[in-house]
Amino acid sequence: MSIFLFKRLITLVATLIGASAVVFLVLEILPGNAAQILMGPDASPDAVQALAAKLGLDRPPLERYWDWVSGMLTGNLGLSYAYSTPVAELVAERLWLTVPLALMAMTITSVIALAAGIYAAARHNKLGDVGVMGLSQIGIAIPNFWFAILLILLFSVHLKWFSAGGFPGWEEGILEGIKALLLPAVSLAVVQSAILARITRSAVLEVLREDFVRTARAKGVSRTGTLWGHVLRNAMIPVITIMGLQFAELLAGTIVVESVFYLPGLGRLIFQSISNRDLIVVRNCVMLLAAMVVIVNFVVDLLYASIDPRVKASDI
Amino acid sequence: MSAVPVATPPPTHGPAFWRRALGHRSFAIGAVLSLLLVLAALLSYAWTPHSPYEIDMELKLLPPSGTYWFGTDAYGRDVASLLLVGARSSIVVGVVAVSIGLIAGTAFGLLASARRGWVEETIMRLADFGFAFPAILSAIMLTAVFGPGMVNAIIAIGIYNIPTFARITRASANAVWSREFVLAARACGKNAFSITMEHVLPNILSVLIVQATIRFAIAILAEAALSYLGLGTQPPQPSWGRMLSEAQTLMFQAPLLAVFPGIAIALAVLGLNLLGDGLRDLFDPRLARKR
Repeated sequence: MSIFLFKRLITLVATLIGASAVVFLVLEILPGNAAQILMGPDASPDAVQALAAKLGLDRPPLERYWDWVSGMLTGNLGLSYAYSTPVAELVAERLWLTVPLALMAMTITSVIALAAGIYAAARHNKLGDVGVMGLSQIGIAIPNFWFAILLILLFSVHLKWFSAGGFPGWEEGILEGIKALLLPAVSLAVVQSAILARITRSAVLEVLREDFVRTARAKGVSRTGTLWGHVLRNAMIPVITIMGLQFAELLAGTIVVESVFYLPGLGRLIFQSISNRDLIVVRNCVMLLAAMVVIVNFVVDLLYASIDPRVKASDI
Repeated sequence: MSAVPVATPPPTHGPAFWRRALGHRSFAIGAVLSLLLVLAALLSYAWTPHSPYEIDMELKLLPPSGTYWFGTDAYGRDVASLLLVGARSSIVVGVVAVSIGLIAGTAFGLLASARRGWVEETIMRLADFGFAFPAILSAIMLTAVFGPGMVNAIIAIGIYNIPTFARITRASANAVWSREFVLAARACGKNAFSITMEHVLPNILSVLIVQATIRFAIAILAEAALSYLGLGTQPPQPSWGRMLSEAQTLMFQAPLLAVFPGIAIALAVLGLNLLGDGLRDLFDPRLARKR
């Protein structure tokens, strides 16, 4: 296990360093002078230079990169150009919305997808299977932001059960917070659960054809007993891999869905920072999202190995 | 591990293929929907019911009628005409972005497979690394630097496609490299480049076509999301994503405006996905039987 873990850790660190280099290159070096971008094309050269000196942009790029990376490790992300507040505070505040939103969406996705996928596999080629597969094909084709708009039309405009957007804050009570995040989470989950249901179904069907399933049935274990006792654990391997990738998609998806519901999360912060030309906030948020994606995939790799010991063996 | 030989391989082209294809439900429905998408875009160059650019505030927010099939928007423009012209943006972004991913990704995948060793390792690690940046995230980075626009959206979605194509190409190409006919070609003294072009590429083409179709659908979704955020296609060029963002502000007055562009996106994506599924079954019937 230790060699496996060590190799994975090295890959994780290398990927994070690579990602930070790309983010820094694209958002710090490529734009040329961030002070110019911040002040607009009409600003006087003196003013631009003064701001560049104030923001430390006149120092060599490698020094700035090192400062940024070491700052990230100590939680000091610099000051936002637009708000003049520490970026770390801005980001931490927004994470309290985005992370619960992504987790809620992932929970809804898993519940719907596993139930639908296992149901479809158990009724292979029957009406239930065809129905689930047809619905999932439609679910994959629906853009999540359009589904979000449809949910607002139904539940906010017509039924008036939910507000059409905004977030009251967790201090108003956990239930109020969850209620405000429910429609956004459902709209994020619908596409992902359609994809995951198909993967679950084919993984379960694949395992159902294995010899050990036939043996279990021959020994007199019931269909349901075989499914729960033998099939599911083995079918979970591809399902968990895809779930890891999906969590990454969900995090990226929050950028769009938070805009639909006017939620003050990380995605909306990125979006507003682009309008404010606040590149330092964009850079840190993009890096944070990319790091979350990479770390989630790292955890999935470890889970994968703990479910299926063959993965470790083949890797060493 | 060699595959079990099939007694009579199914045709992948010619009249027999098309007979099989038309009888395949997913393929037939997918082909019809995809064809409709292309026809809508082509038709918009020759004819639209009304001008999609002309603003007439007296005609704003009209309900669907015989003259305005899907009604009019907040500027009095005909929604049906906007939808027809909007198909162009989806197709252009899809075709160019998938081509970038297909060409670069396939080249990297073929190189990795032909060279093996550290070249393969490097390319594949770079591809893994590419997965850290979903399309929206790379589009946001480009937009933050170069400003919003269709070209930046295309580049972002294209870059996002490269690792996927590289991975799939390498996996399929490795399988071809282990076949006997490649061994025979090597024994004849052919070099890696000509084996790749003459034997490997033609044998993985079907996998790439299927993947390109599916990635096309994903590109349409990504373009719609970026345009919805205002980072993709810019006005006055109509796009389905932006129509939805404009409709959202009028949900209480004209809820239908938020319905039609979404249906257009969903049908286009559904069509391409079904077409991809159908093509995969037709190219590899063993897979279809297993499913």
